[in-house]
Amino acid sequence: MQKPEYDAELVHALGGAGLLTDQKNNPDIERLKDHYRQMLRIRAFESEAVRAIADALVPGFIHPSIGQEAVPVGVCAHLGRDDLLLSTHRGHGHTLAKGADAEAMMRELFGREGGTCRGKGGSMHIADFSIGMLGANGVVAANITIAAGAAHALKLRGKNNVVACFFGDGATNRGPFLEGLNWAKTFDLPVLFVCEDNQWSATTKTSAMLAGPGPLARAQSFGLAGTSINGNDILAVDEAAKNAVASIKNGGGPHFLHCRTYRHGGHTGTDPAAYRDAAEAETAMRDDPVATCAQLLRKADISESSIRAIEEEATAEMRRIKDNASHAPWPDKRIVYEDVQDLGAVEAGR
Amino acid sequence: MNSTCTMTYVEAAIAALREEMQRDASVWALGEDLGRGGVFGQYKGLQNEFGPARIADTPISEAAIMGAALGAAMTGTRPVVEMRFSDFALCAVDELVNQAAKARYMFGGQARAPLVVREPVGMWGYLAAQHSQSLESWYTHIPGLVVLAPATARDAKGLLKAAIRCDDPVVLLEHKNLWPMRGEVANGMDALTPIGKADVARSGKDITLVSWSAMVHECLAAADILASEGIEAEVIDLRSLWPWDEEAVFASLRKTGRLVIVQEAVTTSGFGAEIAARVAETCHSDLKSPIQRLGSPRVPIPYAPLLENELKVSPQMITAAVKLSVRS
Repeated sequence: MQKPEYDAELVHALGGAGLLTDQKNNPDIERLKDHYRQMLRIRAFESEAVRAIADALVPGFIHPSIGQEAVPVGVCAHLGRDDLLLSTHRGHGHTLAKGADAEAMMRELFGREGGTCRGKGGSMHIADFSIGMLGANGVVAANITIAAGAAHALKLRGKNNVVACFFGDGATNRGPFLEGLNWAKTFDLPVLFVCEDNQWSATTKTSAMLAGPGPLARAQSFGLAGTSINGNDILAVDEAAKNAVASIKNGGGPHFLHCRTYRHGGHTGTDPAAYRDAAEAETAMRDDPVATCAQLLRKADISESSIRAIEEEATAEMRRIKDNASHAPWPDKRIVYEDVQDLGAVEAGR
Repeated sequence: MNSTCTMTYVEAAIAALREEMQRDASVWALGEDLGRGGVFGQYKGLQNEFGPARIADTPISEAAIMGAALGAAMTGTRPVVEMRFSDFALCAVDELVNQAAKARYMFGGQARAPLVVREPVGMWGYLAAQHSQSLESWYTHIPGLVVLAPATARDAKGLLKAAIRCDDPVVLLEHKNLWPMRGEVANGMDALTPIGKADVARSGKDITLVSWSAMVHECLAAADILASEGIEAEVIDLRSLWPWDEEAVFASLRKTGRLVIVQEAVTTSGFGAEIAARVAETCHSDLKSPIQRLGSPRVPIPYAPLLENELKVSPQMITAAVKLSVRS
C-alpha cells in the first residue's frame, strides 16, 4: 500500500468544511483547532498512562486507544451534556472527549483517592455520570444492550437526547451486539452506535474471525441507517456524526457509524503487539489522525508555532496530571465496604 | 389500612405491579409475551391498563432484556424484568452478575440500578432440566443483589412492591407451583413485606424447620403430621435470602436446639449450606443434635413424573429427618 495521498481529500474536505476561506477567527478553523487539542489531550493522557506502567503507578491493565483519537473527538463534538455515552475497556478517549476531569481519570488509573470511581473501578470501569458518561465496560459488547436501555428510558421519559455507544470490531461477533441492535431498531431508539474498527480483536486479526461483509452490513441487515468512514479523518468523523445525531434527534431512529481506524499499540499498555505484521502496522500508522489533523491546520494557514503550542499545552497538562495523581493519597480502605448495596450490606470482617 | 382480602399468589403479583405502576410513573415492565399476560398470567390485563410502552413486549433476547433494564435503571426509570423461566435468566448472567449487580460499586457509587428481575422457579408441570431449576444460591453469592423468594400470596404482593421500591437490583423468585395458591393479602398501597425479615409460619418448641418458597408448605404439612405425634415444629419462612434474617433463625434455635433446613434446590452448595454454616459458627452450643439439610440430589431435573418425584423433598422426608433429630 502506498502512503495515503491526502491532498485531494484535503482540498475536498477543507472546501466542504469551509476551511479554505482563511479568515481570522474562522469558526471552522477554531473548531478544527479544538479537535486537534482534544485528540492531543487523549494521546498525551494515554502516553503518560503507558509510561506510568513502567513507573509501577498503574496496578492493573490499561487498554490504550492511541491511533483512534479522531473517532471519540469527532463524535463527542456533537453530544451535549445531557446526551449519554457508553464506552469500552478502551475508553479513555471517549471519557475525555465527553468532558471528564482528566486528573480524576488518572487518579482512577493509579487507584488513588479522588479517582472517578474512588479507586474501585480502574481504567476498565471509568465513569462520570455527572457528564452523562455511564461507564466503560470490562466485557466486550456488554455496553450495547445497556446503551439501548438508556435510550429506551430517554424515550419513555420523553427526552430528546442521544445515547452514543462505542465498541470495537471484535464486539460485532458477540450476541449482545445482535440483540442490542435489533432492540434499538425494534423500539426505534435514539442510539448512535459507533464501531471503532481498529482491525484487531485483542491479539487476533478480526478479519480472520468475521464472516460476511463486516460490521456495517450487519447493522444494515437490521435496517439501521449507517455509513462507513475513514475514522482517522477528523473531518469525516465530524461530518458523519453531525448528520447521524441530527437524524436521530429528528426521530430517525438508531444510526450506525463504522469508523475504520487502527490501534497503534498492543491490546494492553504492555503488549508490544509482536504478533502483528510489521509492514501492516507501518502502513496503517501512516494514516495517523493526529498528523492528518495537523496537516489540515497547515493547509488552513495555521502557523507551525500555533500547532506546536497546542501540542505542548496538551503534553504539559497531562504531565502535570500524572505528577499530581502519582502524589495523591491511597483511598481509605474502609470504603471497600461502601456502595455495595443498601439492603444486606456487610460489615468489615464478614 | 389493616384490612385484608383473599386472593391467589398470581393475583397478588398482578395487584402489586398495578399498584406500583399507579403510584410511580417511572415503573415499567419488559419481557416476552407480557401483552398477553405473561406465561403464567402474572401480567394479565396490565398492558390494556398501562399501554404497550410501560408493559413492553420484547424480542426473545434475554441478554438485551436484562442489559436494557440496567441501562434504563441508570437513566431514571425502575424496570421490572420478566425472565419467563428462571432457567432462561442464565442467558443474561453477564448483564445481571457482571453489570447490574456491580454498577453501583465499580462506578464508585455514581450509579443506582433499581431493577427487579422476576424469575419463575421450581419444579412444575414436568418440564425437565431447563424449565424447573431453583438457582437461588447463584444469586445469594453475588455481592450487590437482593434475593427474595415469596411463599405466600401475602408476600408475593408485599415483596414485589418492596422490590420495586428498592434501589438495589433485586432477584425475585416466584414459584410456579404457587401461582394458584390462595391466601390472605393485606390491602393498602404501602402494605409491603419488609425485605430481610423472616416469617414464623408456625410456632413450635421442639425443632426448627427453616425453608423458603414452595418448600415452606411441605414443612407446614410435615409440622401437621408431627403435631399429631406430639412433636411441635417451628416453621420459619425466610422470604428474603439476601439479606436473610439470621436473628430469627438463631432465636428459634436457641429455643428448640434442633434444625432441619429444607430447600427444593440441589443441596450441594445450596443456600441451606450457608444457613447451616452460620448456625454452626454462631449457635454451636445451642445445638442438641446435628443440623440436617434436605434438598434435591445433585442431578439434573428429569421429565417423567416418577423420576422427577424422586428428587422432591416430601413431608414424609421432613418428618423422618425431624424424628432422627429429636431422637438423637
